[in-house]
Amino acid sequence: MIEKTGKDVLVKVLMHGVLVGFALFCIVPMLVVISISLSDEKDLLINGYSLFPRIFSSGAYDYILTSPNALLNAYGVTILSTILGTVFGVLFMSMAAFPLSRPDFRYKGWITFYVFFTMLFSGGLVPTYLVVTQVLQLQDTLWVLFLPVFISAWNVILLISFFRSIPFEMVESAKIDGASEVTIYWKIVLPMSKPALATVALLVALRLWNEWFTSMLYIREQSLVSLQFWMQRVMQNMQFLLMNQDVMGGGAALLGDLPNESARMAMAVLAAGPMMFVFPFFQKYFAKGLMVGSVKG
Amino acid sequence: MELLLLCIPVIVVLFLFNYLPMAGIVMAFKDFKPLDGIWGSPWIGMKNFEFFVRSDLIWNVTFNTVMYNLAFILLTPIISVGFAVMLNETGNRVMVKAYQTLFFLPYFLSWVVVSIIFYAFLSTENGLINSAIAVIGIEPVSWYSEIGAWPYIILFAGLWNQIGYNTIIYYAGLMAIDPALYEAAAIDGAGRWQRFLHVTLPMLSNLVVVMMILGIGKIFFADFGLFYQLPLQSGTLLPAVDVINYFTYRALMQLGDYGMGTAIGLYQSVMGLILVLVTNWLSRKVTKGEQGLF
Repeated sequence: MIEKTGKDVLVKVLMHGVLVGFALFCIVPMLVVISISLSDEKDLLINGYSLFPRIFSSGAYDYILTSPNALLNAYGVTILSTILGTVFGVLFMSMAAFPLSRPDFRYKGWITFYVFFTMLFSGGLVPTYLVVTQVLQLQDTLWVLFLPVFISAWNVILLISFFRSIPFEMVESAKIDGASEVTIYWKIVLPMSKPALATVALLVALRLWNEWFTSMLYIREQSLVSLQFWMQRVMQNMQFLLMNQDVMGGGAALLGDLPNESARMAMAVLAAGPMMFVFPFFQKYFAKGLMVGSVKG
Repeated sequence: MELLLLCIPVIVVLFLFNYLPMAGIVMAFKDFKPLDGIWGSPWIGMKNFEFFVRSDLIWNVTFNTVMYNLAFILLTPIISVGFAVMLNETGNRVMVKAYQTLFFLPYFLSWVVVSIIFYAFLSTENGLINSAIAVIGIEPVSWYSEIGAWPYIILFAGLWNQIGYNTIIYYAGLMAIDPALYEAAAIDGAGRWQRFLHVTLPMLSNLVVVMMILGIGKIFFADFGLFYQLPLQSGTLLPAVDVINYFTYRALMQLGDYGMGTAIGLYQSVMGLILVLVTNWLSRKVTKGEQGLF
């Protein structure tokens, strides 16, 4: 047994201090953003931002929701591409990881290398852009929002190492009972791998939900703009108006009336919010899923 | 046979979006004309690589990329392992869970959202930092044109984003250490610090090595969002935040110079591949084949 001494307690208190400090560091900036989004615009302009709203106002949200069509459309695009990409991503990657985790699969070495090599070498941005736009002609489609990013070698490897921890005897005895490979995959392997599947699903969903770059590259059609890219453009337009308000003269008066500063923050809240709600549900699987993947990988 | 069929979707997707672009690298040696397509455009030898010797820009952006990434590769494991060990030592299940959740939050935000969060702190007129320094009598700073501060802001934001994720990975690694080792160390009279040095660090080292090799393989690749979104695309700040990916992006979207863009990408990928192979070989050599990625 390790003795509890005064020094021991002090060390523990110090550690908690450091950990609490960093935890605050992570959460406070987000609370600040929420607080600003709920502040009165005129007060913000006079007194600057503050940690807590001095004058409470939902003006920023009202302003954004007066013309909600673009926002709702962007939500729809992002939700759809996230769901499609996550469902098919997890399905395809687990389908491939199952054979690749089997010691008796003949092409295991070759296919694993084929997958792994994409982590070591890539064609780069420009060839990818040309393949997507010239060869596959996917620009301005919903597909392009997830197809280039929904399969990743890292996640396949994470799944392979998780599947390997399933006793091979279970697979063998099912085979003796006459089950087909697909049945074994669907009925035995998948149900036993919930932590790994949830982890990979979360990683893929996160990537797709936060995707702005593919939109910026491939989407010109207004109705297919994703949430993050839409927000980026609104921010840019606001910045542009702000920088040019002296030049445009009348613009300044106009700007004073719009909830500019608080609206930026409200948009950040709206864009990040849904992920924040989903996250705790995955959390319980997450540490376990990542653990097996990283330790054995 | 059935097993092979299960692999087909992944093989096809990777072929289309990873292997076809690799074949597209031939464009680095071609004068790309949209009408002639990738295969029909004429060969021009090494002409697309001329800008490497013609201007210093590529070396500047390479320097930026490598320096930022080196800082991340070194600082991330030090801080994350530190936090992971602290989580492990405090040993309170409920608290550990709460810490993990909070640490992990920044990882969930897109760079667009992070750029808005940072704007709340850095805005010249309303920002919290300027309000705070005004209290102690310092004049407001125009952060979005204060180029000297940006290497630190970028570093800070990158770490803020990544530390939680890495802490969880290292914490998971700690959980996998056999408790018997700690008990044996305690019986031998090892204190907290000695247990850390002689049990925790050696047991975690393989994970750290793997994470570092992965980092080194990506040392020529920057997380584009961090460098593009965070400075709100301020032109003044470009010299401080210009990285190879940003340069390629401009070659593609602003200059429309596909040949040059491909050439930069090839340079990035080849350097990255060489570095991974060398680091992995070195790591295996030094540890006599025990530690490495493959």
